[in-house]
Amino acid sequence: MVNIIWAAMLLTGIVVAAVNGNIDVVTTAALKGAQWAVDFALGLIAIMTFWLGIMKVAEEAGMVRIFANMVKPVTRFLFPTVPRDHPAMGAIIMNLSANVLGLGNAATPMGLIAMKELQKLNKSDPETASEAMCTFLALNTSCITVIPATIIGIRIQAGSLNPTEIVGTTIFATSCAMFVAVVADRILRALFRRGRWR
Amino acid sequence: MVIHWINTVSSWFIPFFLLAVFLHGSYKKIPLYDTFIEGAREGFTLAVRLIPYVVGIYVAVSLFENSGAMDILLYPFRPALTFLGVPEEVIPLMVVRPLSGPAALGITAGLIEKFGPDSYIGRLASVIDGSTDTTLYILAVYFASVGVKNPRYSLPVGLTSDFSGFIAALLICQMVFA
Repeated sequence: MVNIIWAAMLLTGIVVAAVNGNIDVVTTAALKGAQWAVDFALGLIAIMTFWLGIMKVAEEAGMVRIFANMVKPVTRFLFPTVPRDHPAMGAIIMNLSANVLGLGNAATPMGLIAMKELQKLNKSDPETASEAMCTFLALNTSCITVIPATIIGIRIQAGSLNPTEIVGTTIFATSCAMFVAVVADRILRALFRRGRWR
Repeated sequence: MVIHWINTVSSWFIPFFLLAVFLHGSYKKIPLYDTFIEGAREGFTLAVRLIPYVVGIYVAVSLFENSGAMDILLYPFRPALTFLGVPEEVIPLMVVRPLSGPAALGITAGLIEKFGPDSYIGRLASVIDGSTDTTLYILAVYFASVGVKNPRYSLPVGLTSDFSGFIAALLICQMVFA
């Protein structure tokens, strides 16, 4: 799926640029995109190194277990295949908490740790996503946002009279998206189990 | 009042979390610094391993947008969108949102700049941008980090949820701001 989308975007991009007569765009866009991507990945090193260190301390001291116990009922319902005091559960919970608070930079390292731990629990083929991974990513990508911090920042810069007036509507929109994600995940999981689709 | 409370929670969350980790760690008599270093060692490799995936996605998005292919893709949907009362200006934002966070933020910032932050389009763009996350990007990066090649049903789930987020954003903005 990703292969097809990726190839289609590149090919149509090149063809359209050629037809429009601005073929130069191809090279500049490709180089700019690549440059931005590397800057982003390198910028991640600092926060990743820091958070992985902190998370190790939390894990060794058993803090993960305390966190996981607090929201046990919800997570047990959402992740039936993950043992409740497994490090994966702690990483999932902390990733989602950071997402709710709009702390995107803090969320990514914890999310990647969660995936690493979920992979250890992946009983089937390690190249195929487990059900817990699918549920985690459904929650992660649709997570309720309480503080859209960057957007509030942009609105303040643009001289808005009420930069935070979009908070309530954003909470509503993300809540709808998260609800749909949980339901869609359940339905497709059931369909896949029955083997209707591969 | 609620906003103030939310802002306070937001700025206290990380400091409080760090304090709790260190206090709990010393209470459990863990060698804090050694343990930190042990975990931090993985940070560099994990970030560097992401570079090829992030480059691949950003080059494709950047090429697709700048070549004008995005405009062509949107063209057939225009009459329907006008009929539903969806401002044409926010469509590129909806298409880009699941693909690239910074690109979507760029479009949002552009719309806010052009129409004003307190205009209907400015508010709608703000809510749409905040209504979901970079689904395709997160799936690609998270799965790649553990070597998963078959994402199974996670892409349709993610896109369905994005789409309902957009619909919800449109509805609530029409109710509250229009």
